[in-house]
Amino acid sequence: MSKLRDFNLRDWGASHWAGWDRPRRVIFVLAVIALVALLPFAGNFSFTNILNTPISSYADVLVYPIGMFVLMSLGLNIVVGKSGMLDLGYVAFFAIGAYTMGVLGIHTHLNTWEILPIGMALAMVAGVILGVPSLRLRGDYLAIVTLGFGEIVRLIALNTMKIGGPNGLSNIPNPPPIFGLNFDLTNPKAFFWLIFVMIMLTIWMIRRLSVRRPGRAWEAIRQDEDAAELMGVPTLKYKIWSFVLGAAIGGAAGVVYAAKTLYISPDAFTFNISVLILSCIVFGGIGNIWGVIVGGVFLAYLPERIRFISDARQLIFGLTMLIIMNFRPDGLLPRKKREKMVHSNQKSAVKHG
Amino acid sequence: MHTLFTQFWQLTFSGTAQGFIYILISLGYTMVYGVLRMINFANSEIFMFGTFATIITARNILGHQPNGPTIHGFTLIYSLLLCLIASMLTSGIVALLVEFVAYRRLRSRGSNRLAPLISAIGMSIVLSETARLLTASRAVPAPELLAKKSLATVLGANLRVDQVMVILVAPIIYFFLQRFVNRTRLGKAIRAVSMSEETAKLMGVNLNRVISATFLIGGLMTGAAAFFFETVYEATKFNIGFNLGIAAFTAAVLGGIGNIKGAFWGGLFLGLLETYASAVLGAQWKAITVFVVLVLVLLFRPSGLFGEAVQQTRV
Repeated sequence: MSKLRDFNLRDWGASHWAGWDRPRRVIFVLAVIALVALLPFAGNFSFTNILNTPISSYADVLVYPIGMFVLMSLGLNIVVGKSGMLDLGYVAFFAIGAYTMGVLGIHTHLNTWEILPIGMALAMVAGVILGVPSLRLRGDYLAIVTLGFGEIVRLIALNTMKIGGPNGLSNIPNPPPIFGLNFDLTNPKAFFWLIFVMIMLTIWMIRRLSVRRPGRAWEAIRQDEDAAELMGVPTLKYKIWSFVLGAAIGGAAGVVYAAKTLYISPDAFTFNISVLILSCIVFGGIGNIWGVIVGGVFLAYLPERIRFISDARQLIFGLTMLIIMNFRPDGLLPRKKREKMVHSNQKSAVKHG
Repeated sequence: MHTLFTQFWQLTFSGTAQGFIYILISLGYTMVYGVLRMINFANSEIFMFGTFATIITARNILGHQPNGPTIHGFTLIYSLLLCLIASMLTSGIVALLVEFVAYRRLRSRGSNRLAPLISAIGMSIVLSETARLLTASRAVPAPELLAKKSLATVLGANLRVDQVMVILVAPIIYFFLQRFVNRTRLGKAIRAVSMSEETAKLMGVNLNRVISATFLIGGLMTGAAAFFFETVYEATKFNIGFNLGIAAFTAAVLGGIGNIKGAFWGGLFLGLLETYASAVLGAQWKAITVFVVLVLVLLFRPSGLFGEAVQQTRV
């Protein structure tokens, strides 16, 4: 039992990865990318029919919620996992992206690809507006301010008739085709590939940043903000950066979401979404990209898959969260031991000293 | 703006009643936060179970029906008392359950700070879904325990009997809580744990017992709030706790979370503010005003209105 508990798949994978030479790594990565890209076809065979969820087809579920949740979890992971700030209002950036797409898509001739950077920029601006004053706060106070911000964005959308009020926006245009790929309701594969590319870009960005100055600064802030500040890390600056990067990813997810569903309403941007995405992170393994992805896939897919017991599915979902958190508090795939070490040493020093 | 001045006293009165309901719920958050330094995410569900307990006691045990005849005299008094006790006990037991299921195991193993939060969210989903399945997602009406009669008119304000009861009884409950925390042995232990868990443990405080007691007390307060809420609003639903929970948590943070006095002034302030804001801007903007004020307060006084007091008299 204790051996099983100490087993860390993340470290096991990392030790193998470290032993590989470059060509082997490239082949492995390409193979994984190819496999994931083929996922939308996986529901087509009789023996994989089990993947299809009762209401929507498996390929649809791959886009929303799975792909979308994974993307947003990765974005929120920069804030919560990397720099250790508890953000309970992440849905606000998702909503800002979606409403940017909705309003500009309906009222202007801009298409989705042109709106995407605008939506991201607006989400980033919102991130700065929220971040500059509130990131001086810590812990739970930051959590409640971000929660408030998420609710403010939703309530403004709900009470502003110009953007549809409670009815939301409908007739949002589909994205125009690129590379011969048609983006419309009947073709969820195209959306899946789009989100997959976005996810890969995000992973790439996080991995690059993690080993450079911002990543080290975030790590320092997460472990001890005062010590980081004393060592000359401009903590506020890096905190805002992590907030804004997370916001940009949330905004991008929102734009794609609106362009996929063609209809948005304030109901889609409740506090529950923020909580779910945070749950994905903690559930999968906070701070660890692969854990976050596993958590996102699991928590997004589970409620859809068990829809056949439609009434009790949320109950089972809650029970699963409860059980997994109690038996694996660091998530399914915990973060690297190396990163945890400092913290646990400190703790034991306090306990024994 | 006009309504604010013409109905100022009326608004102040109902705002105060609302504020006292917030005070009692936010005590649920503040007690737990003071001891564990964790947001009790399931507190909204603890509240929800209290509202159901009130209704079930009034309807199925005492036999009062919604739209039934008005209750008078002695029956009224024991009905109210019984409902209050049932609501408090139910919420208290649910709170104990939350602590036992969602927090205890994680605490004893010394996990990261977010794991108990997620486990509490899971618990909160389980509780609200259980209630949803049992009520088939429908709103449940409550019997009219207190007729909505006006006792008197003071300065143009209608003093409605249900709101008067909140304003009179809630402070008594609050007063007893404060006496308990400040005067009794267990209260002293709670304060000790909230100051330093390690030191309290070294001094021989039974940590598990104190934490359970804290959840129980928080649950009792939340249950009292649920009872008052039902006498005023007379309906409940499986998700009723969500908005009230957020508002009460906001109140706790406004006053300085972890601080009993903070919960009092924070709740009162929030209740009044919400009522004034909906009179001036319209009911749909009241939640926004609350959050905007919360954000502003936190920006200028990052540890709440009574932040200074937090360090000295935590819980």
